[in-house]
Amino acid sequence: MVDIASYPIQTAAKRRRRALMAQPKVVLGGAFILILVLLVVGAPWIAPKDPLEQDLMLGTLPPAWIDGAEPGYWLGTDDLGRDVLSRLIFGTRIALLVAFVAATLAALIGTLLGLIAGWYGGWADRVISRLVDIWMAFPPVLLSILLVAVLGAGVHSVIAAIVIIDWTRFCRVVRSETKSQAQMDYVTAAQTIGFSRARILFSEILPNVAPVLIALVSLEMGIAVIVEAILSFVGLSVSSDTPTWGGMIAAGRQMIYQGWWVMVAPLIALFATVLAFNQLGDGLRRALDPVMGR
Amino acid sequence: MPDKLLTASGIEVTYGATRGLLGKPGGGHKVLHGVDIDIRRGETVGIVGESGSGKTTLGRALLRLVNVSAGTIHFDGKDITDIPDAALRPLRRRMQMIFQDPMASLNPRHTIRRILVEPLLLHRLADDARSAERRIAAIFERFMLPTACLERNPHELSGGQRQRVGIARAALLEPDFVLADEVVSGLDVSTQAQVLNLMKELSRDLGLSMAFISHDLSVIRAVCDRVYVMRHGTVVEHGLCDRVFTAPENAYTRALLDAIPLPRIEPGWLDRVAEV
Amino acid sequence: MSNLPLLSINGLTAVSDRDGGAPILRDVSLKVMRGEVLGLVGESGAGKSTIAKALLGILPRTIRVTGGSVLFEDRDLLTLPSRTLRQIIGNEIALIPQDPQTALNPGRRIEAQLTDGLRMKRGMSVRQAHARAIALLEEVHIRDPLRVLKAYPHELSGGMRQRVLIAAAFSLEPKLVVADEPTTALDVTVQKQILRLIRGMQDKHGTAVIFVTHDLGVVAQICDRVTLLYSGKVVEAGSCADVLERPAHAYTAALLAASPRYDRPDAGLTPVPQAVFDQLRREIGTDARPNA
Repeated sequence: MVDIASYPIQTAAKRRRRALMAQPKVVLGGAFILILVLLVVGAPWIAPKDPLEQDLMLGTLPPAWIDGAEPGYWLGTDDLGRDVLSRLIFGTRIALLVAFVAATLAALIGTLLGLIAGWYGGWADRVISRLVDIWMAFPPVLLSILLVAVLGAGVHSVIAAIVIIDWTRFCRVVRSETKSQAQMDYVTAAQTIGFSRARILFSEILPNVAPVLIALVSLEMGIAVIVEAILSFVGLSVSSDTPTWGGMIAAGRQMIYQGWWVMVAPLIALFATVLAFNQLGDGLRRALDPVMGR
Repeated sequence: MPDKLLTASGIEVTYGATRGLLGKPGGGHKVLHGVDIDIRRGETVGIVGESGSGKTTLGRALLRLVNVSAGTIHFDGKDITDIPDAALRPLRRRMQMIFQDPMASLNPRHTIRRILVEPLLLHRLADDARSAERRIAAIFERFMLPTACLERNPHELSGGQRQRVGIARAALLEPDFVLADEVVSGLDVSTQAQVLNLMKELSRDLGLSMAFISHDLSVIRAVCDRVYVMRHGTVVEHGLCDRVFTAPENAYTRALLDAIPLPRIEPGWLDRVAEV
Repeated sequence: MSNLPLLSINGLTAVSDRDGGAPILRDVSLKVMRGEVLGLVGESGAGKSTIAKALLGILPRTIRVTGGSVLFEDRDLLTLPSRTLRQIIGNEIALIPQDPQTALNPGRRIEAQLTDGLRMKRGMSVRQAHARAIALLEEVHIRDPLRVLKAYPHELSGGMRQRVLIAAAFSLEPKLVVADEPTTALDVTVQKQILRLIRGMQDKHGTAVIFVTHDLGVVAQICDRVTLLYSGKVVEAGSCADVLERPAHAYTAALLAASPRYDRPDAGLTPVPQAVFDQLRREIGTDARPNA
C-alpha cells in the first residue's frame, strides 16, 4: 500500500496554489499583469507628468538615453510635447479595462450557453449551435464598426463589440468540453446518486471545464487589448484626448521619422501585454490540468 | 415483501435513434433484444458476456441510466420503467453502482471527502458534515483506507484505494441493490482478490442484492450465486452457477468455458475447438 | 540442434531517471532457446514490459540501463551501434504488440503496412510483396485476404487486426518474436484462437517466442518455460509444469491461489498474504515496489 500517511497533510487548495507557483509562465505572466494593474491604480502618482499637458516648446524630444533629451521625460515626448511615458502609463487603464470587462462578459455569456447546449442537448443545443454558426458568419470587423456607429465611439462600444463577437468562441469550446465531460463515469455516478441535472452541471462538470475556460479567458484578454488598440488606432474608441496605446500608435505613425519612439513605445507595451496574457493562459492551463495526470 | 427485488422483462434498448428536423424517429441500432432478468433479495447475480453482448447496457438499463425502448422494470414491486426523474430520485439511494475505472468515476477535481460526504447529506443519512464523517470513518476502518485519503484528490491514491473508495461511496448509502460493472477488470490478481472478498462480505453484512457484470467467467464463479450468459443482446443461458459451470446447456456457454485457459498443464486445450 | 541459447539476458539492471533512480530491473537473467516459448509473467509494474522494450531497443529515455547484457546470438543488443541494431530489430526480432487498435496506422491500408517490411528489408517488388502478403494472411487463417489487404484498420475486428499483426511479425521469418500481451485486449474466445495461431506459427517456423503476460492460465497453455517477476526481480523460473504444479517460491504459490478459476468456486478469494510481501521485501530490499 502506498504510504499516503507519510505525506504531510495539505488541503487541496494549498496544493493547487503550489502547482500554480511551480509554473514559470504563470509566475512571469502573472507578475507582469500585476505590475500593469498597479500602474492602472497608481497612474496619477506613478506617472511623472500629466499625460494631457501640452508644451510645444518641448515637442518631439527623444527618450532619455539619446542626445537632446530633456530630463524627466524618460521616453521622450510627442509632437505636442506630451510625455510619452505618462501617456503610456495612463493608456494602460483603457487597455486593462477593456481586457478585463470584455473578456469576463464574453466568457460569462458564452460559458452559460455552452454549458446548457453541451449538457441538456436536444433542442436547446440545436438552437444554440445554429445561433453560433450564424453569428460566426458575420465579418467581425464590419460588425464592430457598425456597433460603434450605432452606439457612438467610446470604451463602451469597444467592450460591446468584443463581447458580441467573441462570446461564440467561449460557447463552442465550453460546449465541446461539457459534452466530453458528460460522457465520463463520474457524471454517471452523480446521476446514480440522485443529484439533480442542474446540480451535476454546476457542481460536477463545471469544475472540470474550468481549466480550459480559465486559459481561454486569459487569451481573450490579450485579444481584447489588441482589438481595443486597433479600434483606437482608427479613432473609433475613446476621444482622442484620453491616451490609448492604439491612439498613440496612430499619432506616432505620422511622425515616425521625426520621433520613432512615439510609435515604438506603445507597440512594445502592446506586445508585452499580449504576450503576458498568453503566457499566463498557457501556464494556467498546464498548472490546473495536471490534476488529471502528469 | 416480494422475494424478487429487481425484475426486468422484455427489455429492449436502441441506441442512436435519430430525429429529423421535424422530430420523426429513425435509424438506431438495437443493443438489447428482449432480455428477462430477476434478482432476489440478498443474492449476487452474474451477468457475463464478451464485448458487444449488451451486458453493460443491461446494467445501465436496470438502473434507468439509459432509456428502454420496450419492456418493463420493477424495483421492489414498483414499476420504474417510465417514471419521471423526480419520482425516481428518492429510489436512487437504494440502487447504487460501482464502476470499472475509479479514475473516471471519481470526480478528479473533488476531494475524497467531498465525494463521500455530499451523497450522505443529499439523502439525509447524516444531518451535517460531522456526522457524515463519522460514518465515513467507520467504513474507512473496515475497508482499511487511511483517513489521510479524505484530503486527497482521486489521482493521488493507489488503484486499489481508489477502487475501495468507489465501493465505499456505494455502500455508504446503504442501498438494497448494487450494480458492479467490471469492477475488478484490470486489477492485479492480488488486489482483485481483496476487492472480491470485500464485496462478498459487504453483500452478506448489508443483505445486499448485487448484479455483477464481467467478461471473466472465473471471477463470476468466485462471487455469484446465479449467472446470466449474454450474447448479441440476448440471454442465451441462465441458472445457478454450480449448474451452469459444471453442466452448461448452451453451446455458446460451453465455448466460453472452453476458451478460458486455466493455470494447469492441459496438453489438449489449445487444439480443442468447442463449436458454437 | 545447437544448445546455445538464442537469447541470453544476463544481470540486466535498469533504473528510472524520472523517479530519482528507482530500480526498474534488478539483476534480471533469463535464457530463451531456439524454437521455444518462454512466458514472462508478472503483475503490473513487475518489469516485464521493460524487458521486452529493452530487447526491441525501444526503452523510453527515462529508463537507464545500469548493468548487464542482452546477448542475441552472441551480440550484445545494448552496445550495438544503432544501424546494426536496426538491421536486427524487425528482421530477426519481431514484435506482436498489445493493442491492435493503436498498433496499426489508421490512415493506411493493410496492404501498405503489411508489405512495408517485405519491400524495405527484403527488396521485394510491389507484386512480389503483394503475393507474399496474401500467402501470409492465408497462413493466419484470414479467409478473404484480398478484401483485408484493401481495407483500413478500423474496418476490421480486433481479432482480425491481431491476426494481421501476427502475420506482419512472422513475415520476415524472425528468429525471435516478442509478444507483448497480445491477447489482453481481446475477448476470451478470440484469445484462444489467437493463442492457437501463435503457437501454430511458432511451431511451423521454428521461431522462439517471448510471451509477456500477467495471466498464469495463458502461460500454462502456451508456454514451455516461464519466468516470474516481481518488482523488477526474477522470483522464480523453470518449466511450466514445475513452476505451476510445484512452485518453489511462496509468491508463486500465492499468485496461483489468488487466481479465480471457473472450475473451483473457492478460488480467487485469497489475496497474497502480507507475509509473502514481507518475504519478498526481505529478499529484494526495502525499496521493493508494491504493485500499482
